Formats: sequence, structure tokens, C-alpha cells
Amino acid sequence: MSQIVEAGVAPNLIASERAGLLAWVASVDHKQIGILYIISSMLFFLIGGIEALVIRLQLLAPGLHIISPDTFDQMFTMHGTTMIFLFVMPMLTGFSTYVVPLMIGARDMAFPRLNAMSFWIQLFGGVILYFSFLAGGAPNAGWFSYTPLSEKAYSSLAGVDYWIIGIACIGIGTLAAGINFVVTIICLRVEGLTIRRLPLFVWMTLVNSFLMIGALPLLNAALAILLVDRFFNAHVFDPAGGGSALLWQHYFWAFGHPEVYIMILPAFGIISEVIPVFSRKPIYGYEFVAASTVAIAFLSFTVWAHHMFAVGMSHIANLAFGISSMLIAVPTGVKIFNWTATMYGGRIRFTTAMMFAVAFLITFTIGGLSGVSFAVFPLDWQLTDTYYLVAHFHYVLFGGSVFGIFAGFYYWFPKFSGRMMSERLGAWHFWLTFIGFNLTFFIQHVLGLAGMPRRVFTYPDLPGWAAMNLISSIGAFMLGISVLVFLWAIFDGLANGDEAGDNPWDAWTLEWATTSPPPPENFDRVPPVRGRRPLWDLAHPDRADEKVASA
Amino acid sequence: MHLLPTFAPASPQAHALTTLFIGVLIVLGAIFLLVTGLVIFMIVRFRDRPGAPEARQIFGWTALEVAWTLIPFGILAVFSVFMTFADHVADPMVPAGRKPDLEVIGHQWWWEINYPDSGVVAANEVHIPVGKAILIELKSADVIHDFWAPELGRKIDAVPGHPNTLWIEADAPGTYLGTCAEFCGVEHAWMRFRVIAQNEPDFDAWQRAQLAVPSTPSAPDGLAGARLFTDKTCVNCHAVAGTVANQTVGPDLTHIASREMLAGEAAKNTPDELFQWLKDPNAIKPDSHMPDFKLSDDEAHQLVAYLEGLK
Repeated sequence: MSQIVEAGVAPNLIASERAGLLAWVASVDHKQIGILYIISSMLFFLIGGIEALVIRLQLLAPGLHIISPDTFDQMFTMHGTTMIFLFVMPMLTGFSTYVVPLMIGARDMAFPRLNAMSFWIQLFGGVILYFSFLAGGAPNAGWFSYTPLSEKAYSSLAGVDYWIIGIACIGIGTLAAGINFVVTIICLRVEGLTIRRLPLFVWMTLVNSFLMIGALPLLNAALAILLVDRFFNAHVFDPAGGGSALLWQHYFWAFGHPEVYIMILPAFGIISEVIPVFSRKPIYGYEFVAASTVAIAFLSFTVWAHHMFAVGMSHIANLAFGISSMLIAVPTGVKIFNWTATMYGGRIRFTTAMMFAVAFLITFTIGGLSGVSFAVFPLDWQLTDTYYLVAHFHYVLFGGSVFGIFAGFYYWFPKFSGRMMSERLGAWHFWLTFIGFNLTFFIQHVLGLAGMPRRVFTYPDLPGWAAMNLISSIGAFMLGISVLVFLWAIFDGLANGDEAGDNPWDAWTLEWATTSPPPPENFDRVPPVRGRRPLWDLAHPDRADEKVASA
Repeated sequence: MHLLPTFAPASPQAHALTTLFIGVLIVLGAIFLLVTGLVIFMIVRFRDRPGAPEARQIFGWTALEVAWTLIPFGILAVFSVFMTFADHVADPMVPAGRKPDLEVIGHQWWWEINYPDSGVVAANEVHIPVGKAILIELKSADVIHDFWAPELGRKIDAVPGHPNTLWIEADAPGTYLGTCAEFCGVEHAWMRFRVIAQNEPDFDAWQRAQLAVPSTPSAPDGLAGARLFTDKTCVNCHAVAGTVANQTVGPDLTHIASREMLAGEAAKNTPDELFQWLKDPNAIKPDSHMPDFKLSDDEAHQLVAYLEGLK
């Protein structure tokens, strides 16, 4: 493919030729931008985590007055918004930005300047969002800002306005990133790397990018209307002026459900790389894993109203959205079984990355199964908006996305930095996270069944509530400690880590065919690609994948 | 209240939901055990050991993969059938022309309960006769709320501009706790309510008592409190039948003394807690719409004497 040659950036823009901080700020190099995404996401992860700990502190026991109810509302609004828009999504985008061009043997993204814009505008959105703390108070209407609560009549302060502008910026950046990934993956693959040979992480980034392109405009449209409502009394979402409160929910969840998959598909991609490498086997059923991703992507646009089973929809609408939501469990289940089967007959190496990937299989399964209990819509009428729901989406987003992020972080850290992270610290990080996570969130299923609604700043001392909240809070602080260990492991790896070499895991995709970290131009020469595992083929020319397959 | 009210159904509607939930949980639990068992088997059996041979390179087995794609469809089809049945029991169609028995209106942060047939107006306590399917029309005066009494049936949103209906029923007399389940602003936590199910004669007696106009207080404290109630502009928001107070911004107080709880269950309805609520509403329910009138202790005591006389 001749495009590869032209796709590089103009030499005077290669940031490594500049010095110091400017080298990063002015960079259009996908690797530097990827690192910037990862660093900024880590900072927001810490901030969002502190907000979570404040929440768990206030809920430690019934009737506490550690923070005011309004501060509590700001905390859970900012916690949700931060973790979704400023941690999980940009962290995964950062991995894709760094790794995808390497995996496809390209020199950079298709549009390097657009790539830089994507990052900086989403960071700008985060700064605007957090500036609200200095401008009269953070938004306090929840991360989905239901109308009319988020209208001027009920949220008169500027917090919601900062929320709208901040999220809209992130939406623009994410949309641009999606377009960039699609063009990069379609146009810049090295010769021989057909669509059917793409590493699964690239596959899932590709599918995910279409989700970004489809979903984010819905969000930004709704945000624009809400802003017009708030500033010019358009009353679109305000029933007092003839608008519809539920229209906002339709807009928001039509974005919001694909968004859930935007936050999990790249994590699926990471798991699909990590499990084969550390099982020393190819992925089991590449076609099923890839095709089920496409099925999930299509279905994700047809299920949004399962967030609205309690608003009073018609019986037929409930039934239709209940069934479409259950269907998503099928392609998701396929993935779980394929990943599990990948380990069959393997020689499993328990690196930290692999431990997180294996834990993901179990914790994400819990989140997926509890998700089915919401798709069975009469159950949603009991379970939604309780702590059972809080438990469910944390099993999906923490037990799924974040465990995937940790797996990816340990897996690619040697490539990013040229250094190995300590497996001993990694094991500490893993076990503290795994135990702390389950301690925090498993009990919340029961708390929901005990009748505790979410988003309450305090609660009556009903049977069991105090004990269950205490357990959950203890788990949360354990998670807090696990994050400190993680930070320690990162700095220890950077300062004292062993030299990684090109391919410390003996992995098979192209990013491991160059130095760690890669040079600005990524590759001296890209190895020939004749199958899905070019580095396996290179090491075992007599048993190359395509020979085995044709035999 | 039971430890797990969602598993202690006290109405046919809630029964249908609990039965469905138990069935679904058993199936989901079995799938979880299967996956976890497989994962544990793999990581124990195929752990890398020194001297183990290179892993055989297996690329998949289509028949097996087709099987684990198709079998879940069967499970989901069964779920779909049972969920349709449960839907019909838990949320039956409202027959044409059926008038609601109750009108429940969510306010930031309390519940207004109107009985259209008798004219009773109550707040935060829903009295119903046992053994009857009661049809509630659910509305909101401001933002979206959600009415949920888990032992009695489904939860449903109170959406402004979009009235909903809901059936509840209680098999036996008793008190069933409920709460607002949709975040509705700063005091969402204290927008709780209770459903008090009574035998028919008790329920009728309650309705008659609620319709009675309370007598004018006789003791000097109560009389002074009644005067304060007018002078301190309580009447701008609250109603007390038989007096000039007729506003509906806040809860109707005609029979406040008959209620168990105050302020969306943030406080018990005792003279002591009512006194604290009047003295400093922000200490009990911060940022609620109840103003702090900076009452002296005497004034607060007089108001308590008056309000606790409103049986």
C-alpha cells in the first residue's frame, strides 16, 4: 500500500525534534498523543476516585453529615461524568491512538493534526467541566442530567451549563477520533494485512469508531437543545412550557447505550490480545469474536429505551426493548466462551496483565448476567435506580472496562516506556483491586434488593443497611489503596524497571516488531504479513498460520 | 420491614415479580457457575509448568461455537415468555373508563395523596384497604420522581406532563415502606413514604376521621400556636381545613398529628422532633423548601401544641 509512505507527517512537525514541554504540546505524533491521553485519563481517574471515596465516606453509616446534600449531588454527578467521559473513554482512545498505527504497520494516524485536536479539545472539555467548582458549584443533576431537573427552573446555577459545554467538547473530540481511526484502519494498513487478518484490538477499535460516529452527535444535539432551553427558554424538554421531559431521555440514551459499548469494545479488544499471548495460543474462533462485535454494535443502537422501563411506556414498547436488550447477551456470551476456550490446552503465564484479563472474564460475566435481569423488564421495575443497578454497571464498567484497561496497561507499558513493570507490585495491585472491587460492589446487589435507592446522600437505619454500606465503604477504601499501589508500580517501572527489549512477552502482533519505545517513524522495516500473527510466522516459518490453516 | 422487601411480596403484583426474579436468578446463577467453573478449570489445568510442551495451536471449532451461539437464544426465548406473563400480572391493562382510586402527586420533596371519591387529602402516607387492587394515577408537580413500595409492586416514574397509572394491592394489613426512586434534587433521600394497608372498616374509619374538620384548640398554648400559624405565614404554603389556611404548595396539615413521620420521613412525628423541625428545618432536611422562621422556643412549643392537636 503506497499510502503508507505519504501518510507520514511533514518532517518539521515531528515533535521529537522540538525540545521539552513544547515537544508534547505541539506534537502530532500518535505515540505522544496516545501517552498524553493516558496521562490525562490517569489524572481524571484519580480525581474521580477521590469523588467516589467522598461518596462512600458520607454513606459509611446512616445519618452522617460529613458533606452537605448538595455537595453529595455534585460528587456523584462529577464522579460519573469524570469516569465515563474523562477516564474510561479517553484512556481506551489513548491505547488505540498509540497502538493501532503500530499494529497495522503504519507510520502515524491518517490525520495527525486532527488527532492532536481530538486530544486537546477533550482535555479542554475536562478543564471546563472542573472549572465549574470555581464558578459557583459543580453540576449536580447526575451524569445524565434528566430534564426538567436540569432545566433553569430547578438548576439555576451555572454547573449544568459547564457540564453541557464540557461534555460537548469531549463529544467533538471523540467524534473526530472515531473518524480518524476509521480512515487510518481502512487506508493505512501495511501490505498483506487484510481486514480478515486485523488484530482483534484493531477490529474492535474499528467497530467502536463507527459507534462513536453514530452516537456522539445524538448527545451533542441534545446538549445543544438543553443549552437553548436554559438560556433562551425554548422549553423543548420542559413540560411546564409544553415540552417533553421524556424526549431528553430518548436522545440521551440513544447516545448513552452505544456509549456503554464505546467503553467496553476496546476493552474486549485488549482481552482478545492479552489472553492469547499469555496462553501461548491463537484466539479461539477469530471470526466469531470479530463478528459478534459487529452484532453488538448494531444491537447497541436498538436498545436505548431499556433505560426507561420505569417511565411508563406502552406494553409493546417494553416488550420490544426487553427482547432486543436480551439479544445483546448472545454475542457477548459468545465472546466470553471464546476467550475461555482460548485458554484450553494453553501454557498460561500469570503475568499481571493476564491476571486482570482472567478476572475480567468472571467480573464482566457477573455484570453481563445482572444486565439480563434488567432486560427482563418486569424485573427492571423492581431493580432499576436501586443499588442493584449501581452494582450492575460497576461490574460492567469497573469489572469489565477498567480491568481491561489495567490488563492493557501492564501489557503495553513495556512498549510505551521501554521498561518492565514489577510483577510483584503488579500482583499486589491485582489482588487489592480484585478483592476491594468485589467487596465494594457485590454487596450493593443485596443493598438494592433491600430497597436502597441510588443517589441518596443518607438513608434510614433499616435492617442491614448500615452493615452493608459499611462493608461497601471498606471495600472502596481498599480500592483507593490499590490505586496507590498502581501508581507506585508505574513510577517504579519507569525508574527501576528492567529493559523491555522489542518483544518481552513473545507476542505476535506488529507493535512488538519495533523497538520499545518505537522510533518516531515507528518501523525501520515492517515484517511481511501473511496471517493474523506475523511475528509467530516469522519465528516459525515451517508452521506459519496460513500453512497450518491450509493443511 | 423485611431485610429484602423485593423478596417479601405482599401483593399479587409483587408476587409475580418475585417469582419471575427467582426463576431468572436460578438460570443466571447456573450460567455464572458454568463460566466460573470453566475459567477456574482452565487456569488450574493449563497453567504454565516448567518443562511443559509448547501449546498446541488450536484455531477454533465451528460446531461448538455455533452451539454456544444458539443455546442462549433458547434461554432468552423462555425468559421472554415468562416476562410477558409477569407483565400481565404486575401491570395489567387499565379497563376503559376505570377511574383511579387514588391520585398521587410527587413534589420536591414530598408526596401528595388525593382520594377523588371521598375528597381526603393526605401526605406521605398512603392508606389503602387490603385485598383490593387499587389504581393510582401518578403525576408530578415539578421534576421526575418515582413511586416505589417494593413489597407491593413495581416502581414507576412520576413524570411531569405524562401521567402514569399503577396498580398496588396489599394481601394483609400492615405498613409497607416506600421511597422516591428517581433522583429529583437535593432532598431526594428524604422523599420517602409508607403505605398503610387496613381492613375495610379501619380504612373507612380513617377516611371519616380525615374528612372531619379539627376542632379549634382549647388550651392557651394551642390557641397561641393557631395564631402563630397564621401570623408566621405558614398559611402561605399549607392548608388546615376549617381555617383560612388553604394553600397546597406544601403538605396539607389538617390531620398532621395522625401521621407517623415528618418531612418525607426525615423525622419521627413526635412533639420533640416536630419542635426541632420547626426550630431548624435545615438541621433535619437541609435545603428543603420549608423556611427557617427563626422561631423562639416558646413560639415553637406553641406551634407544636397546635399541630399535635390536629388529629
